[in-house]
Amino acid sequence: MNHPVVIVGASMGGLRTAESLRRFGYLGPITVIGEEIHKPYNRPPLSKEVLAKEVTHEAVAFEERAATADVNWVLGTRAVSADFEHNTVTDSDGQVHPYAALVIATGLRSKRLNVPNGELSGRHALRSLEDAIALRAELVQGKNVVIVGGGFIGCEVAATAVKLGCNVTVVHNAAHPMLRPLGSELAEQMQLRHEAMGVTFKLKRTVTDLIGVTHVEGVRLDDETILDCDVLIEAIGSHANVEWLSGNDIDRNDGVLVDSAMRIMTRTGHAVPNVFAIGDVARFANPIFDQEARRVEHWNIPTETAKRAASVIAAYLNQTDSYPAILDEPFKPVPSFWSDQYDNHLLAFGLLSLADKATLVAGVISGDCVFEYRRGDQLVGVCGIGMRPVVQSYRAKFI
Amino acid sequence: MIKVEVDMAKCQHYGQCVFEAPDIFRLNADDKLEYTADADDSERANIEAAVDVCPMQAIRIVE
Repeated sequence: MNHPVVIVGASMGGLRTAESLRRFGYLGPITVIGEEIHKPYNRPPLSKEVLAKEVTHEAVAFEERAATADVNWVLGTRAVSADFEHNTVTDSDGQVHPYAALVIATGLRSKRLNVPNGELSGRHALRSLEDAIALRAELVQGKNVVIVGGGFIGCEVAATAVKLGCNVTVVHNAAHPMLRPLGSELAEQMQLRHEAMGVTFKLKRTVTDLIGVTHVEGVRLDDETILDCDVLIEAIGSHANVEWLSGNDIDRNDGVLVDSAMRIMTRTGHAVPNVFAIGDVARFANPIFDQEARRVEHWNIPTETAKRAASVIAAYLNQTDSYPAILDEPFKPVPSFWSDQYDNHLLAFGLLSLADKATLVAGVISGDCVFEYRRGDQLVGVCGIGMRPVVQSYRAKFI
Repeated sequence: MIKVEVDMAKCQHYGQCVFEAPDIFRLNADDKLEYTADADDSERANIEAAVDVCPMQAIRIVE
């Protein structure tokens, strides 16, 4: 019997890989290994509308398609090692999975604060469904909520917690929330909109200590301010889950380096023909912008990279004549993200954080507006609040 | 034939589906999503791609 395509990671990227393998004509066995007990679900609503209502798997689960009904799901099991020479993955139950092709889709885990008194209860992160269920139970009217990290997830949770009647303070290490992606003008505007809804910001500040006996009661900042805190939410970014790949000759510097076919690269610069990485862990060059390989944590990237990898894997395993041509196809997905904060619906294309300049190009800063992001003369991104036709018209400029 | 269903309570009119299946989805003059519920089988791949890219996961294919 043929060995399966083994996909490690049962989130959106893993699911889209399995679906796309079928679409591209691979009919052989597929195994998906996932650490969480749940079938794939959509994470973004966990900081937004689902967190404001009721958090259940059903509310966020991806619809299952008939084409992937025969996928072998190995859930609640972590892959602990991979051997690219012998083509096997070993899981935390000790089971060895031989593969014909391996897809690494292990995604991210939340970074956590490293501070004294870290053993106190009441600390939350927000990545998984279980995280959201635990957090939802604590977001009760009148609670003092401190959110560390004023990026998109921190700001979305702030908006949701305010809606639920909590007293919300955001501690952020820069001059404005979401400053790095949005630029100072739009970031400051978003800050004003949050403040108008009742959010307090402690900017250019970091947390130095937690206060409490068993449960967190307060948070000390680097200017010695102490914030009352019943619920502490740490939204300070994430780590790529690639440690389990140690022992293989690959570049694991920040995620894993892949070529334009999503094939993993050895340290000597050779592509491994049957090992692929997709989604948040994949560091790849996007010729839309330049030749520098980057990890991109935008929501559409797992799907785009999954489809790319699946087209290559299907051609490789089916030994189709078009395989070399498929390998040579350019891969330049347009990164895209969105964010809902109160009635502000942000939509962006490109890699905004590459820009050295952001310019208002449509609308007014106090209402709906669109910003263009440039690195020198090069257009690298667009972001709008509302004004969808203007924002959308930019997408074509990247293709 | 394929039947397409968009949960308009979920839809935030981001219009990502418009790029994947322009013959099925469009934004009207008020920036609101409109779509054609009955589609030819030849549109299946495009509609599935639209389902994939919908930020709100509001689109379903009803067989």
